[in-house]
Amino acid sequence: MQQIFSKPKSMKKDFRYTFCPGCDHGIAIRLIGEVIDELGVREEIISSTSVGCSVFLYDFLDIDAVEAPHGRALASATGVKRARPDKVVFTYSGDGDFASIGLAESMHTALRGENITAFCINNTTYGMTGGQLGPTTLMGQKTTTSPTGRNKDYYGYPIKIAEHIALCDGTAFSARVSLDTVANINKAKQAIKKAFQVQLEGKGFGFVEILSSCPTNWHMTPEEAHERVRNEMMPVFPLGVFKEI
Amino acid sequence: MTTEKVLIKGNYAIAQAAVNAGCQCYFGYPITPQTEIGEYLSGKMQELGRAYVCAESELGAINMVMGAVSTGVKAMTSSSSCAVALMQEALSYAASDELPVVLVNVMRTGPGLGYIYPAQGDYNQAVYGGGNGDYKIIVLAPSTVQECVDLTYRAFYLAQKYRNPVILLADGLLGQMMEPASFGEYPYPEVDVSGWALTGAKGREARKIYSVAPDEKKQIQHIYDLHKKFEVIAENETTYEEFNIDDAEIVLTAFGSMTRNIKAAMNVLRSKGIKAGCFRPVTLSPFPHNRISELALKGKDFAVVEMNMGQMFKDVKYAVDGKSKVDLINRPCGEWLSVEEIVAGVERVMQGGKAYAANI
Amino acid sequence: MGKIVIDNNRCKSCYICTMTCPKGLIKKSDKTNRLGDYMVEFDDKNSECIGCAMCAKRCPDMAIDVYR
Repeated sequence: MQQIFSKPKSMKKDFRYTFCPGCDHGIAIRLIGEVIDELGVREEIISSTSVGCSVFLYDFLDIDAVEAPHGRALASATGVKRARPDKVVFTYSGDGDFASIGLAESMHTALRGENITAFCINNTTYGMTGGQLGPTTLMGQKTTTSPTGRNKDYYGYPIKIAEHIALCDGTAFSARVSLDTVANINKAKQAIKKAFQVQLEGKGFGFVEILSSCPTNWHMTPEEAHERVRNEMMPVFPLGVFKEI
Repeated sequence: MTTEKVLIKGNYAIAQAAVNAGCQCYFGYPITPQTEIGEYLSGKMQELGRAYVCAESELGAINMVMGAVSTGVKAMTSSSSCAVALMQEALSYAASDELPVVLVNVMRTGPGLGYIYPAQGDYNQAVYGGGNGDYKIIVLAPSTVQECVDLTYRAFYLAQKYRNPVILLADGLLGQMMEPASFGEYPYPEVDVSGWALTGAKGREARKIYSVAPDEKKQIQHIYDLHKKFEVIAENETTYEEFNIDDAEIVLTAFGSMTRNIKAAMNVLRSKGIKAGCFRPVTLSPFPHNRISELALKGKDFAVVEMNMGQMFKDVKYAVDGKSKVDLINRPCGEWLSVEEIVAGVERVMQGGKAYAANI
Repeated sequence: MGKIVIDNNRCKSCYICTMTCPKGLIKKSDKTNRLGDYMVEFDDKNSECIGCAMCAKRCPDMAIDVYR
């Protein structure tokens, strides 16, 4: 018998994910690792992650990485790419990081058409701090800072990140994927690969929004959380490719 | 590049010196009175095939610098007072991450938006910092356009040599003033960054530049290490200027472009028979505490002259530690204290009066 | 013909794999891990596993290696 599924080579040898049980971060990071392996670019990568659960990326992937303050990963990545245009640069953020505190940096990086790949984990909450209302919190969703649920008069509306990024002229690829089923995981990997490829081809900004569960802060079992991704998130955040050039 | 003198504005001098120093990337956002630095570099960097980004904000600009310098290249941003306030978070990160960030602050008036009058109100912001945690930044304060050149060179060198952020603290007066200056060659050796710079994990272990240490012992050690490094910087790099100090009874003390006026005031006072000297820290951080302390022990009094409400004054008092008298001659912002005002102020304090806010 | 090997040091007992295996070959075990959660075990007495790797693909902790 031959081993047909094992850890990507781009990942560190001995580590144990520090995410909560059932968290999709683990799958997203593994997919990025697999794509890095397939493209053969591990030794060319410099990544930047900022603050949130996403910050732990560099404990698991065996790649060069620099930290950025909360929300500034895309600015930091811009600096890296401009200084070393020959390197492969990517960022890995949560929705709060990418689309709330870092919205200006994220959007302008797309508008400038930087040859950078960016991933955003959208789990409709601030996971690391214990489940507060974030930029993608759904209408009606209860969080620790929206105890009666999100309503428009009090909290305003959630942002559809992938659609907004697709509107930027500098964007070469923008897609939204999910990790709730094997089929969707396979599609997510294809999108992640495409987002790297547009960078390698010098076409511009590559972006993937990854719908993710947060069982701990949603107070659900991992499987219930994936059902929520399907039943509640996908109607608001539809999967698909919003821009591809 | 020659040693020929050219008549040049302070802001342009800083920009050209950055080019000569090998600055590969400039990231910036406009704000008066330093906008000429970005304007000058936008064309220049393109011409040289280097990077220039009109950042979306000062937050963006300083973080782009952090990203760029993490790969081992020289990079900088420039800004002014209220916008430098926006960059404080990143400076704290850069100090902790040991990234050689170079930031030019051409000071204007605060607090808040203030206005574009020159001032020296960002001494505390630069020296003590507005970022979180225990960190230290190297701060260099030029007093002439020539020093804008020399200290820009030094800023790039020290930043890489010690892997520590450096602030060049100029002011609107210097930024907008034209003076002769010569550029010469970048006078420092290139620092080897190959031991830490991020270039992709090719044939070596992956490198991570980050400050988060979810481990109490590591965090404690990290902070000790940063401070030990700064002790070495203080030992090796503290610089200051002094004039007529040996027989001085009163030492006029100033930083940045106010140095020019205290030198002139010293001469007037001397002509009136008052034994005045001048002391001027070139590095505001590390601050020349030891030298000031020595002078105080010799019984020399100090008159600190600055365009703020007494920010460096406190450091001088701390260094003097009650061994002699320290007075403040100041104005918060706007028109620089004239030589006459400084002379009058010194005469008043020598008679035991108060010179606080000399124009009131 | 396939088989999987579960790394109990990585497994956090989220049980996604137990619901993913099309043949129901992964089950909650009677044994508990250091946090007191029931671990999962691969139970393939009749050699039904074909090594489709669906369990491994959905495992958030990379605790499953697949052989075929």
